[in-house]
Amino acid sequence: MNIFKYSSPATFYPLAGKMIPWFAALATIFAAIGLYAGPIAAPTDYQQGEVYRILYIHVPAAVLGMFIYLVMAAYGVMALTFNTRLSAMMMEALAPTGAILIGLALWTGSLWGKPTWGTYWVWDARVTSTLILLFLYIGYMALVSAIEDKKRADKAGALLVIVGSVNIPIIHYSVTWWNTLHQGESFTVSAAPKMATSMFTPMLAIALAFWLYAVTISLMRVRSIILERERGRALSAGWVADALAAEGGKP
Amino acid sequence: MNWGEFFSMGGRGFYVWGAYGAFAIAITIEVLWLRARAKRARAEILAEIKGDAAMKTGNQP
Repeated sequence: MNIFKYSSPATFYPLAGKMIPWFAALATIFAAIGLYAGPIAAPTDYQQGEVYRILYIHVPAAVLGMFIYLVMAAYGVMALTFNTRLSAMMMEALAPTGAILIGLALWTGSLWGKPTWGTYWVWDARVTSTLILLFLYIGYMALVSAIEDKKRADKAGALLVIVGSVNIPIIHYSVTWWNTLHQGESFTVSAAPKMATSMFTPMLAIALAFWLYAVTISLMRVRSIILERERGRALSAGWVADALAAEGGKP
Repeated sequence: MNWGEFFSMGGRGFYVWGAYGAFAIAITIEVLWLRARAKRARAEILAEIKGDAAMKTGNQP
């Protein structure tokens, strides 16, 4: 079996089209369960009051925002070593969603911080390194769109994302390495969560919903990117007309 | 809990709804933006395929 079969845009385009509705449906189901069980039905936190309900979306957004960056870096390594076009396209498809999630993590954290810490913003290590992650996303998107030649844009973008991934462990360990206003980890793989089950389980469901949402959105976006990049060679590539016709679009 | 209590969020409604509202807006904008992009990408490439096919058979208008 050729492991690179699905890295060909011609094979991946229809496959992605078939996967999108499944991921979208699962994302909706988990979001409905998680949003009901957590923000709506879970009991009030006795120290923080109702404002703790922001954390149900703040934590998953921050985790996914970091995770998406690592996925982009992995695609970047593939793009540079195997020269697969689809890897670079996936990077481009993931970046805006990662940026939005990190932006929302900062936004929701800020709204949580005002009533809890007494300030919307603090330059502590966790918050600052997360802001740098947002700038890395924006920098990647700006760099890729500024270079006309797509091949060069892909390479430069991959390099930037790989080098920038040094920031991810910094964000992760910032609460351990430095004295931050941001609290330490509430969950680790090795220990039981420092959080009630009635709060932890819904958060897990919402995190799963975000992950499924990111998959759905990046598959949708990569399909557009594939078509945009096939322009100028659609007839010579041949497969585009067939793929669009198979999905009910006129040839 | 009645609706009024639910929306006031113990007096923290501004923060809680500000957070959830931003999420709802961001997701809505991203999905609409992607749909528009998909529509445009499909239309452009279909126009190109049509144009090229017409040129090959010599039927270009």
